[in-house]
Amino acid sequence: MIEFQQVHKAYNVQGRQIPALQPTDLQVRRGEVFGLIGHSGAGKSTLLRLINRLEEPSGGCIFIDGVEVTALDANGLRSFRRKIGMIFQHFNLLASKTVAENVAMPMKLAGDAHRTAIAQRVRELLVRVGLSDHADKYPAQLSGGQKQRVGIARALATGPDILLCDEATSALDPQTTTQVLQLLAEINRELGLTIVLITHEMDVIRRVCDRVGVMDAGVIVELGDVADVFLHPQHPTTRRFVQEGDEGGLVTDEDWLQVQGSIVRLTFLGESTYAPVLGRVARETGIDYSILAGRIGCIKDQPCGQLTVALSGSESQALAAREQLQAAGVTLEVIRA
Amino acid sequence: MSAMIVNIDWYEIWLATLDTLLMLGGSLLFTVLLGLPLGVLLFLLGPRQLFAHRGAYAVLSLVVNVLRSLPFIILLIVMIPFTVLLTGTSLGVAGAIPPLVVGATPFFARLVETALREVDRGIIEATQSMGATTGQIIWSALLPEARPGIIAAVTVTAITLVSYTAMAGVVGAGGLGDLAIRFGYQRFQTDVMVVTVVLLLVLVQILQMLGDRLVVHFSRK
Repeated sequence: MIEFQQVHKAYNVQGRQIPALQPTDLQVRRGEVFGLIGHSGAGKSTLLRLINRLEEPSGGCIFIDGVEVTALDANGLRSFRRKIGMIFQHFNLLASKTVAENVAMPMKLAGDAHRTAIAQRVRELLVRVGLSDHADKYPAQLSGGQKQRVGIARALATGPDILLCDEATSALDPQTTTQVLQLLAEINRELGLTIVLITHEMDVIRRVCDRVGVMDAGVIVELGDVADVFLHPQHPTTRRFVQEGDEGGLVTDEDWLQVQGSIVRLTFLGESTYAPVLGRVARETGIDYSILAGRIGCIKDQPCGQLTVALSGSESQALAAREQLQAAGVTLEVIRA
Repeated sequence: MSAMIVNIDWYEIWLATLDTLLMLGGSLLFTVLLGLPLGVLLFLLGPRQLFAHRGAYAVLSLVVNVLRSLPFIILLIVMIPFTVLLTGTSLGVAGAIPPLVVGATPFFARLVETALREVDRGIIEATQSMGATTGQIIWSALLPEARPGIIAAVTVTAITLVSYTAMAGVVGAGGLGDLAIRFGYQRFQTDVMVVTVVLLLVLVQILQMLGDRLVVHFSRK
């Protein structure tokens, strides 16, 4: 488990203190995929780098599995860092070394493994990331997705408990992003690795994270399970992120001027997503509905849907419809009565 | 045709070529041995680097700049007492090598510093995140990644050293440049001048080609 206690960070820029992270408390659970989302300059990259102390905190304590990371001396920090893998937006592979040499590097630096053991481990890791045929190539000969796979294999080399991902898919095309995210999810599942990732894409959070923190101006403004945050965003920043992946549909007040009746937002999660709830309720209560906006998809492996609908009918029909929808496990928010 | 090369003593030219090569090889070896660590130190002390230290960087930078701005011919003479102390003589090839090294080392160190700065900061960060010591970061990441740039720096330095050796005649070190001045210029033996210049040209060309080849080989692109 990773625990932040009142950790803050300010950079000294030409004699002035520029705050990057306001005093923050945070707990990342063992074995979860924790995402941090924010615009550039929101402090997410700083927060990530505080975990393995690539950035030194200006104050506060960081504990990882009971060890006070912020109190480690240089030697202690170095051996501790071997338990934390890290991958980067621009991969940061050594151009002068082959794929196999890149993957072997953390083990060589640690200096406690025999050459044949290292070679064996490199082979295993390359099989895991699907790059067995590319061991003797140089990074310049690989595609972006392949480079990130090498990065992942390298990060796993010393058998870490935690993997830090710094915008790991931001430089990749959508298809490659999907593959890399799948690989990360697989690693999390099979190795039980705790993953902390930062991104500016809500889609990345939705697809792999268990919990998410939304950052704005050095503060975590919203924190919770991805489904909750994604389906019921509270903070304006969170709403903007959720809406970004969600254009289209009639969602503005002007659109709704044309619409009769009350407007509600229905959220389906899990099994209720598949059930023909809306049609059944309409039939049974005699209410009419029109769909104004909607999205159906998966949050991690959980199906979910959200529909904005206008309900028209008598007062009593509307009330009955709301009750029946809620009884069917649908979360209902009234947007316009 | 034979009238045109009447003054040429090929044995003399052979000896001069040998002297030039000896001065070049000897001084390049020591320049790299001293300049590489100096360049690494300059880089590490530089702004926002691992050992960033404004004062130390300023001092070291000043020393390097002062040595670089000194004309080599002056350095050659100023250094005589020191050269005697070091090699026992201020004459000949041995007498020329210390000033050559002192003249070229700051130049080479600057080029090394620049080559290291070309390495992506992310590489250092990634290596740090693996739990590397500073020594490991330098040996296992920075120097291998900067290798093409450092080889290019060695090439440029070698060529600069070739032109420096032309002045080494002042301390009686001989060499092709010295031959060109004493025979080609002062005795109006144009043929000697032409031959030495052509030989110097060929030498520089070979150095540059060799350097370029190695840079391409180690670029891994």
